Parts: sequence; structure tokens; C-alpha cells
Amino acid sequence: MAEDLLVAKGIEVTYGGGGLFGSRGHKVLHGVDLSIKRGETIGIVGESGSGKTTFGRALLRLVNTSAGTIHFDGMDITHLPDEQMRPLRRRMQMIFQDPMASLNPRHSIRRILVEPLLFHRVASNAADAEARVMSILDRFTLPKIVLDRNPHELSGGQRQRIGIARAALLEPDFVLADEIVSGLDVSTQAQVLNLLKDLSRELGLALAFISHDLSVIRAVCDRVCVMRFGKVVEEGPCEQVFAAPQSGYTRALLDAIPLPEIDPEWLDRETLAEPSS
Amino acid sequence: MTEPFLSITGLSAVSDRENGAPILRDVSLRLERGEVRGLVGESGAGKSTIAKALLGILPRTVRVTGGAIRFEGQDLLTLKPKQLSDIMGSEISLIPQDPQTALNPGRRVESQLTDGLRMRRGLSRQAAHDKALKLLEEVHIRDPERVLKAYPHELSGGMRQRVLIAAAFALEPKLVVADEPTTALDVTVQKQILRLIRGMQKTHGTGMIFVTHDLGVVAQICDTVTLLYAGKVIEAGPTAQVLATPKHAYTKALLAAGPRYDRPTAGLEPVPQAIFDQLRAEMGIM
Repeated sequence: MAEDLLVAKGIEVTYGGGGLFGSRGHKVLHGVDLSIKRGETIGIVGESGSGKTTFGRALLRLVNTSAGTIHFDGMDITHLPDEQMRPLRRRMQMIFQDPMASLNPRHSIRRILVEPLLFHRVASNAADAEARVMSILDRFTLPKIVLDRNPHELSGGQRQRIGIARAALLEPDFVLADEIVSGLDVSTQAQVLNLLKDLSRELGLALAFISHDLSVIRAVCDRVCVMRFGKVVEEGPCEQVFAAPQSGYTRALLDAIPLPEIDPEWLDRETLAEPSS
Repeated sequence: MTEPFLSITGLSAVSDRENGAPILRDVSLRLERGEVRGLVGESGAGKSTIAKALLGILPRTVRVTGGAIRFEGQDLLTLKPKQLSDIMGSEISLIPQDPQTALNPGRRVESQLTDGLRMRRGLSRQAAHDKALKLLEEVHIRDPERVLKAYPHELSGGMRQRVLIAAAFALEPKLVVADEPTTALDVTVQKQILRLIRGMQKTHGTGMIFVTHDLGVVAQICDTVTLLYAGKVIEAGPTAQVLATPKHAYTKALLAAGPRYDRPTAGLEPVPQAIFDQLRAEMGIM
């Protein structure tokens, strides 16, 4: 049994609040628990306002928590000061939804991939960094020519693979992927999903895969955590949750996904727990 | 043979922004009154370009190089601007993709819903108000009086999309073009909106062109479907037939590439490069 790498307990996050008049702020997470083992891929699913993105950010200490604890590799990082967080940053990577917004548009792909390797001293020198980059391009079936390109010159699928390569090069223990295929066409999405699946297996990564799409989660995750209004409504192994969802909300989410086959009753089938729009 | 309600024949267009690269290649399709046809494809397929051509809102950088769009006996591509603007919004209307930007943020819902009714149908202020109320009830908005007085930012995404559907049907158009109307919505809201669009379309007997990238959406609300790739029609026919017994390898591969919550191994087969090579060879693209 693999050990827990990341353990979050009772996480609460409040946006706003404080200030001159001590306003209470807006609580967006109400005590969320989750643990992720090494080598495990967990899907975090929810609709807008579910708190899934905020929760992911809290796990990486990118937003402040107002209650709860986060342990990473046995260490309590909940209130770790920035200087002590810094060495952990390499080990906790993030892949973003929109690589156009997260990759510096003025930098060449070479610079985007090489610089972090030198900064975090993963590579001992420039030649070593270059060699590592070359080998991952090969692995990701990206042509060498992309190194001299800027992000906007690549296709969406290529850009997203660069985003994954950038994270994977740093040999992290934990990767958070937030809606990383939602901007891709179906025909290229599978490539990215496969890559992520292989990487997590090879590197023994713990992967948190945030998505609004239960179908994508089914394809890549071992476990799934369903969130609504800042709380976890259901959590468990994928086989179990998809075959026999316990929560009415999970069922509603599944029933709302249109499958590419004719089902004359689908449109009129009312599902329980349909939130009013 | 009588002329169909809507027919596109041999429509070709190039983009001046991409050095005259073709973006529509000899596209033909037809639509009968009361039929819903899905236009489906991945980015760059040309589905939105066709929608824009139908609405007469092609960007200046797109040049039509051949073909015709016949709507109730007239060729939309040769009409004068005045004739075209009489048809657009009135006979042909749009349900847009993004409910956040399609409404004017500085005007109340009421004025945006009643403009067309007053100016193009000559309704009095009171009659237009009453009609707008009825429309909002028809799209299942619970508190229509309040929503009429609201500004768009006071409504949720799903509510705004309902208002836009009401607006699209306000002047009783014969053809509605829906351009990815649920792509920006949460999945449970999407289902309600699809149900609503299909219901409105049936009640009013409207013909509809439904643009989407989602074959699941096509399966649930389109009678017929046209699948495009790089501006060319790859496969077309009744939805049940195309989905159950696809003829083209690309259609099959696309169906296999989509992840499905009911099949743990689906969604991990990218469309093989050989199929793209074959498609490009068929089109003479290198």
C-alpha cells in the first residue's frame, strides 16, 4: 500500500473579509478532506462555483486557508513561510487550463523549458538541461523545431504538451492539472490524456486532475471526488462511483452528459438534484 | 421537385487573412421546415463560418468564391444590404454561444427584448411588454417581471441564455441558427437549455441549424447532421444513421476518440495521423 503523499483535512477558504470594517468575507470551501497517495490519480469534478479550482490552489498553497491542515510528504505545510515553501515548489507542480496564459509569450519554448531546470538546480549545467529537454520532446513526439518557436506559434495540443513537459522536467512528486484538456479538440485530447497517464505511472506521480467533465475523469483517474458548493458530496474509486453513484448530485451530473447515441428519452428525463439555473 | 426551405449548394470561401487559404470547400446541405440539422466538427472545420454566412455576418477577411445559399427561394448571397437586413433577425435569427457578451450590459432585459417587436413588428410599448413577458414565461423564467427590469449582470449564465433564446424566437423566425449555445454552460444547465431549445423549436415549427463540436449533443437534439473537416463535408445524413453506422473513417475515429463515462477505456485513442493524411490527400492539401 503506497503512502499518502498529500493529505488535506478540513480545508476552508474565505475570499474577501477582514479590511477596515472587518467584513466576514465569502466562504467558498467548507471543510474539504482529501488524501492522495504516491502514484495515484484523483479526479476532482464539479460545476462552476463548486470550489474545485480554489481547492486545487489551496493544496499548492497558492491561496490562504482560513481553517484546516495540509501535509505534504509528512510535513505540515499549512502555514509554512514562503522561504521554506520554495524548495517544495519544484516537487509540487501545476499545469494550467490555458497554456497561452501560463507560458510567457515573449520567451522561446527552449527558454520556457530550460530556465526552470537551472533555477531549481535539477540540471547541473546548460548542456545537461538541453539534453533533458531534448529527451522529453522526443518522448512527447514534439519536433525539435518547436524549441525556437514562441508559444503562439504552436497548435493548442502542442502548447498543452509543452505545459506538461515543463512540469514533468522538474521531476515533481505531485502535479495539479486544472482543466487541461477543456480547450482541446477531441482528436488531440486523447494524446494529452495518454501522456499524462503514462507519466504518472512512470514517475510514480500523485496527480490531481480537476475537470468539469466526468467522461474525461473516467478515462484517466483511479479515484474521483465530486464537489458542490464548496463541499465534497461523494468520493471513491472510479469503478465504484461510476457504476453506482451514492449521491443524487453525482447521478444528476452523469445523467446530464449527452452520449453520442440516440436515446429518445434522454432530453425529457428529469434528473433529481438538478439545480435551478 | 419543390425547392427546399434552405439549401446551401457548392459554397466555397477563402480567408484573406491566411493568404487566400480555402476555409469552405464546396459545401452543400439542405434543411426542411421544422428540421434540426447539426453542423459538427473540430476547430477549423468551418462550422461557424457557415453559420455566419447564413446570418450575413461573414467577416470582411472571408471572401465567398462560389456557391449559393437559397432561403425560401432567394439567394442570400446576392441580396442587397437592405433586403438582407429585413430578413436577418426577423426571418432568420441567432442563438449565440456566449451569454456573457451577447447582451448589452448597459440596457435592461426588457428594452433588449422589445426593440425588435416595436421597431420591426410595430407593437406598442404595452403590447411589446406583454409579448416579452409571455416569451420569458415560455422559456421557463419564474419571475418574468423582475427579469424584464434586470440588467444582464444580475442574471446567472443559464438565465441569460434563456433570455437570448426568448429573443431569438421573439419575432417568430422561420430559421434559427444556434452557434454552440451551450458550450459555456455547466453540464446540468446545458441539459435544461437543450431541452428548452428543442421544445421551442418544436412548438414553433422552426428550422434550425445547430453548430456544435459535441457528437453527444448532436445525438440528443439533431434530426440530421453534417460533419465537416477543414471546410469540407465529410459525412451527412440522419443522425441515427451517421452515429450508428458511420461510413467515413474520420467519423468512426472521432466517435472512438471521445471519452465516455460509461466506458473506462474510451477517450484514449487519438484520431490516427493516417486518417488526417487521407483527408488532406482527398482535399489536395499538402
